Amino acid sequence: MNALLDAFFGAHLPVLPVLLPLFTAALLLLSGDGGGQASHGGAQLRRARRISLVSAVLGVLLAWRLLAEAAAGTLTVYPLGEWPAPFGIVLVVDRLSAMMLALTWTLAVPVLWYASGGWDAHGRYFHAVFHFQLMGLSGAFVTGDLFNLFVFFEVLLIASYVLLVHGRGRERFKAGVHYVVLNLAASALFLIGLAVVYAVAGTLNMADLALRVAQLAPEQAALFQVGALVLLVVFGLKAAIVPLYLWLPTIYAAAAAPVAALFAIMTKVGVYSIVRVHGVLLGPEAGHAALTAQPWLLPLGLLTLGLGVLGALAAHSLARMAAYLTVASVGTILAGVGLFTPAALSASLYYMVHSTLVMAAMFLLVELVAAQRGDVQDRLQPAAPVAQPLLLGLMTLLAAASVAGLPPLPGFLGKLMILESAALTPAHTWVWAVVLVGGLLTLVGLARAGTILFWNTVPTAHAPAASGGSWRLTSATLGLLGLSLLLAVLASPMKRYTDAAAAQLAERTTYANAVLAAQGGPAAATTRPYRGGEGEVRLPGAKP
Amino acid sequence: MSLEFLLASGIGVVTATGIYLLLRGRTWPVVIGLSLLGYAVNVFIFAMGRLWLDAAPILGGAPRVADPLPQALVLTAIVIGFATTGFVIELALRSRHETGTDHVDGHEPGQRPAAHAGSVQQ
Repeated sequence: MNALLDAFFGAHLPVLPVLLPLFTAALLLLSGDGGGQASHGGAQLRRARRISLVSAVLGVLLAWRLLAEAAAGTLTVYPLGEWPAPFGIVLVVDRLSAMMLALTWTLAVPVLWYASGGWDAHGRYFHAVFHFQLMGLSGAFVTGDLFNLFVFFEVLLIASYVLLVHGRGRERFKAGVHYVVLNLAASALFLIGLAVVYAVAGTLNMADLALRVAQLAPEQAALFQVGALVLLVVFGLKAAIVPLYLWLPTIYAAAAAPVAALFAIMTKVGVYSIVRVHGVLLGPEAGHAALTAQPWLLPLGLLTLGLGVLGALAAHSLARMAAYLTVASVGTILAGVGLFTPAALSASLYYMVHSTLVMAAMFLLVELVAAQRGDVQDRLQPAAPVAQPLLLGLMTLLAAASVAGLPPLPGFLGKLMILESAALTPAHTWVWAVVLVGGLLTLVGLARAGTILFWNTVPTAHAPAASGGSWRLTSATLGLLGLSLLLAVLASPMKRYTDAAAAQLAERTTYANAVLAAQGGPAAATTRPYRGGEGEVRLPGAKP
Repeated sequence: MSLEFLLASGIGVVTATGIYLLLRGRTWPVVIGLSLLGYAVNVFIFAMGRLWLDAAPILGGAPRVADPLPQALVLTAIVIGFATTGFVIELALRSRHETGTDHVDGHEPGQRPAAHAGSVQQ
């Protein structure tokens, strides 16, 4: 039995993080959750919570097992339906994919725990949709095919549309319409970019593309670059970079706290795609199309960081401030990616893990604080003191110090690594200036917010109505915060891992050999007998 | 006039119409605009396999073979587009129900939204 299980896991492990949430979500839909009836203690809801949490914990185990395998240097390739690449779709788990998977699932458990503290009773099928979102995220991180990436983007987006309006309310529907229309327009652009890429290269498999793009003639490469830059716009919208970040603050501030916390990883999907396509595929070895995004990424990253921080300074509520800080963190990560050196990429990956966890904790904290401030909620104006000033104050202090990048917190380490890796590049003045001034302004903004929230209180005649937060909510937030702080303790192994991940991304031949093994590796002959050869018949009237 | 010209200008006109409608202020034209944009994109993907006459997308036998992959891709894109259009219509209806207007901003132009009214239900 054990041998059977081992064989099964050995053979099918890469696809399980996608299938597990799919089946869990289907099960949750079928069994119902009694939600929408506001029956907080309903038996159906309790069962749904149990299924959901158990599945999420299983997902963590799967993701961490994949992480352990990837850490050993294994590049796992899983051909779906046994169709060899590039004919079929393959899932590829390398160090970067495994890291993003582990991050997604590790984030999901505390967020689900928080949501089962009451948010999931505000609407129907919260847990089912949450698992669909996890499926989309996992799929996007493991797929080795660009069109499949589009499909998983759609899965995670349609789940996010539903999650965004979870709990209803006028503000959320207004934000929801904007968000959905914006993303549908972006999906159209995504398809246009993909079609152009396919028209030029004749493949959408990432490994195959990496080989073919290096062999493109200059005029073909120019068209390929057009396609790649269209894709940059799409990924930039997801990642919220300048000038495509304007949607993010309103929408993240309008979403329910656990939803916003999960959305902390949504921007990272955009960053991940930029790393895959523009950092790796169009890396230094991509022939005439090499480094297509280099003139754009670094300036856009720094601008995003600057505008995000300014937005945070001007924010009038804690939720908007957290949303703007998410934008700023994306800017920091992209500035590192935009340097196009393995060291900077490694530093950015470290910072990405940290910022995802700490921003998610921040969004949960916002609600914990808001719930204890009566009608003022999270608006930055003096109000009655919160019921748990010490606990919430300390949590806010830790999160804020880490976001701003104060030693010895992981945010400091991440920024330090990015600065260090930038030191040897020509852009170092800009990177250092923007990141450091940005950090200082973040600190000013957060200090102002903290002062207003916890010290600038107006005494009220009656005792604060709200009691302390429930232990589920508090423990989930503390857990996330603890995880992000753990990164400081584990900085050394973590950095070794991201270094290895960046090095692995730079090895295009190894990747192609592994993925295209059935075709004889990079030496594969053309897989499209109907294209480009003598057999191609042109339409009458078409110019050769 | 070649088939390519006809197809390219067709895609261009539909895309332009879609974008114009997408920029309107009411949810209904926006939904129609998104659909039109979707149609244009689908034909665009289809055309990326190049245009073929009298060629089946099946390998073997026939001397000429049309590229089958864009046809498979466009099927996927159509299905996804159909689902998302259905969702956005439903969302537009719910938004109309919640906010009392079909304007995309949730309030009539020139009218200020009621201060904090109906803000997020906790």
